[in-house]
Amino acid sequence: MNIFRIVPNLIPGFVIAAVAVGILAPVKTLHAMDIRKVVSDKGIVAWFVPDTSVPLVAMSFAFRNAGSATDPDGKEGLAAMSSALLDEGAGELKSQAFQRALEEIAAQMSFSAGRDTFTGALRTLTAERAKAFDLLRLALNAPRFDDVPVKRIQSQMLASLRQQSKNPRKISGRLWSETVFPGHPYSKPSGGTEKTVATLTADDMKSFIRERFSRDRLIIGVVGDISEEELKQRLDSVFGDLPAQGPKFAIPEIKPAGGGKTLIVRKQIPQSIVVLGHAGLKRADPDWYAALLVTRIFGGGGLSSRLYAEIREKRGLAYSVYAYLSPMEHSALLAGGVATQNARTAESLSVIRAEWRKVAEQGITAKELEIAKTYMNGSFPLRLGSSRGIANMLVGIQISDLGMDYIKQRPSLIDSISLDDANRVAKRLYNADDLTVVIVGDPKGIDEKR
Amino acid sequence: MMLPAVSVSAAVFSPKTFTLDNGLQVVVIENHRAPIVMQMLWYRVGAADEEPGESGLAHFLEHLLFKGTKTVKPGEFSRTIARIGGRDNAFTSYDFTAYFQRVAAHELETIMRLEADRMQNLVLTDEVVLPERDVVLEERRSRTDNSPAAQLREQVRRALYLNHPYGRPVIGWMSEIQQLTTENALAFYRKHYAPNNAMLIIAGDTTLEKVRALAEKYYGPIPRRAVPERVRPKEPPHRAARRVVLENERVTLPAWSRTHLAPSYGADEKGTGYALEVLAQVLGGGSTSRLYRKLVIERGIASNAGAWYSGDGLDYGEFGIYASPKAGGDIDALEKAVLEELAAAIKEGFKPADIDRAKRLMSAQAIYARDGIRAGPNSIGQAFTQGQTITDVEEWPERISAVTPEQVMAAAKAVIKRESSVTSILLPEAAK
Repeated sequence: MNIFRIVPNLIPGFVIAAVAVGILAPVKTLHAMDIRKVVSDKGIVAWFVPDTSVPLVAMSFAFRNAGSATDPDGKEGLAAMSSALLDEGAGELKSQAFQRALEEIAAQMSFSAGRDTFTGALRTLTAERAKAFDLLRLALNAPRFDDVPVKRIQSQMLASLRQQSKNPRKISGRLWSETVFPGHPYSKPSGGTEKTVATLTADDMKSFIRERFSRDRLIIGVVGDISEEELKQRLDSVFGDLPAQGPKFAIPEIKPAGGGKTLIVRKQIPQSIVVLGHAGLKRADPDWYAALLVTRIFGGGGLSSRLYAEIREKRGLAYSVYAYLSPMEHSALLAGGVATQNARTAESLSVIRAEWRKVAEQGITAKELEIAKTYMNGSFPLRLGSSRGIANMLVGIQISDLGMDYIKQRPSLIDSISLDDANRVAKRLYNADDLTVVIVGDPKGIDEKR
Repeated sequence: MMLPAVSVSAAVFSPKTFTLDNGLQVVVIENHRAPIVMQMLWYRVGAADEEPGESGLAHFLEHLLFKGTKTVKPGEFSRTIARIGGRDNAFTSYDFTAYFQRVAAHELETIMRLEADRMQNLVLTDEVVLPERDVVLEERRSRTDNSPAAQLREQVRRALYLNHPYGRPVIGWMSEIQQLTTENALAFYRKHYAPNNAMLIIAGDTTLEKVRALAEKYYGPIPRRAVPERVRPKEPPHRAARRVVLENERVTLPAWSRTHLAPSYGADEKGTGYALEVLAQVLGGGSTSRLYRKLVIERGIASNAGAWYSGDGLDYGEFGIYASPKAGGDIDALEKAVLEELAAAIKEGFKPADIDRAKRLMSAQAIYARDGIRAGPNSIGQAFTQGQTITDVEEWPERISAVTPEQVMAAAKAVIKRESSVTSILLPEAAK
């Protein structure tokens, strides 16, 4: 029995669709959570939840305006490649020595480039925290970008890009982004292209972190077994010497384009992959909560949405079908997806379109709204079972600027949505005629519409 | 008669356990950190318990457990869980089928009532079963038929197991899933779903007393039933190395792997599993491991390389080695290099410091596993369904720490043998 390894050959019963319904749905039971705002001597701010139930410390952090959307033209993939190289040698420690040092203390360090933000996480046993925080300090302040690991990571990224070029899901996602965000940084693949990744250098990555790892961009959440006083010192050590400010990367606002198009990439595979959607709502939109509830009812995760009932339960058309809100810093989408055998893809698509139209025209029912509210308010504590979950939530609240009292207010924000609000927003948000559809596969009876 | 709850050794999850009169073993893992609770119900039945020709039936039945009972309408189970803000799901493997829900702590009774109900009161009609069969066919297309790498993995299993049902895909063969019926599913349900063939695990913000009362109330009345012994066909001696090659135009990056039949934790009393776990880590777990260092970093012939041990099976385990060539690299040269490094590692052995580091890293996972409520029920449920005990889970870190370099080398020599292996090669389609 290996406690931490995922079982191979395990077939999960259901794909829980990646429902990016904003970042959170907090709840009443959270009132008791002791969130503190910690400010270090050098002015580093972190939200902190002390917890001594397990002897470990978890930290999540993000740099805003530092994700792949800030990759310079011709250097697409830079944020992603930088994220892969921060733990490949730093300070005096070369790649293998750095990796070994992490293993010696069983610390877990990771970095990731999102579209808008560059994120990182550290999880360490309390007993090893001094060494773990110091390794993170090195990774953020003095990454080496030695030639050998740079070449190795570069070649791994190139291999992966080549593989993705034949992967139906990747092909559909790529074409979808290009269609809804033409010419915009959001259209560019975050992992870069074979052409751009091949040209990236250590100097590119050095200037990437110099310009983007600045304190004015930084957001931090910490959970665990550490004192507030010590945390302040650790924050200063890890982040205190980063530059106060960095250049701003201007990313234009964009309204998703492509409305009404149906694009097909013909591939001889048994099942067609369908991605579809149109403009959504940004996180700060006053109609956000109504949209969240309606979208939960329409195509939300779990086993009870309208799309789930119509596509999966009644017709057996797909294993996975979903719709979700995807708010970004400079745009917003309401998107969905399904995968169906080629012969019945047209049927899936027409059922989804009909449901899309129906929710706009006829709205939702009072009962559906009630259930969605109790779900939203009841499910939040489920995210608080682990230190990492809480640390990520602390970062998410800060990124969306929801305020320290957000957790208390959230239930009433949800509960205050009336059926009229919900149906007004359903009408505003859902527009079947505006759907952009991308299909990869060999669907029968569907025509392209360009 | 009610036996007192036994406190198992307090090494990792500190579970408490008792058994109902009908044979249902109940495990409670208290964790009061957040006001949430998780229920998992593990049945000792999986794809390896299916009859020949009925592949996919265990997994299909798992889907159908959401289709209603005498008192709960189709789909109502999950809708109820959603209404109370919960998450629910299920999964199937060779040796187990497991169902779970996570909810706010005060809703524990709701989920225990619902889960107990579908242990004995399932109602299935063609009206709900046939569309769900189409869903499973779509699931197979998504997971396997749309992916060359997944197709190859399926062929590797078929080649690795000469006789044991681990050679079949859990999801089933397309042609056999298409033939499964409502009657097949109900017969399988009646044969395997019984309190004395299951383990109930409740983790989170609750107490032994509460769980005991609810378990007596909802699960207690379900009668014990005879269930079949889990005796599966054994593997004969493996005498010939096997090789499977899949070429597909959608492959751009070739991949090489070799999978060996190995003892599992549950089927091997000598404890070889612990040594194989350490071997997998030091030979091929991550970027400081021997294979990665030699093949990727020093020789630069591979873009990735590693090793793994899957030791959870009731009857057998697997030990695998894998590598991918650098872009444009030759697969035959790669294979030769991997086998050279493997032979050298087995001849020279590993540095004690490397073995110690691997062991420390693995033992520390026991602390990380306590950060959250899922790892405990997962580990203990798997142990129960796969021939291990709660004590085995609780003592896992200690036993890993006790593995010696000699045991690692002995395990390597016993398991890494060509004749009990399948070599698999994934290639781009040859130019026509």
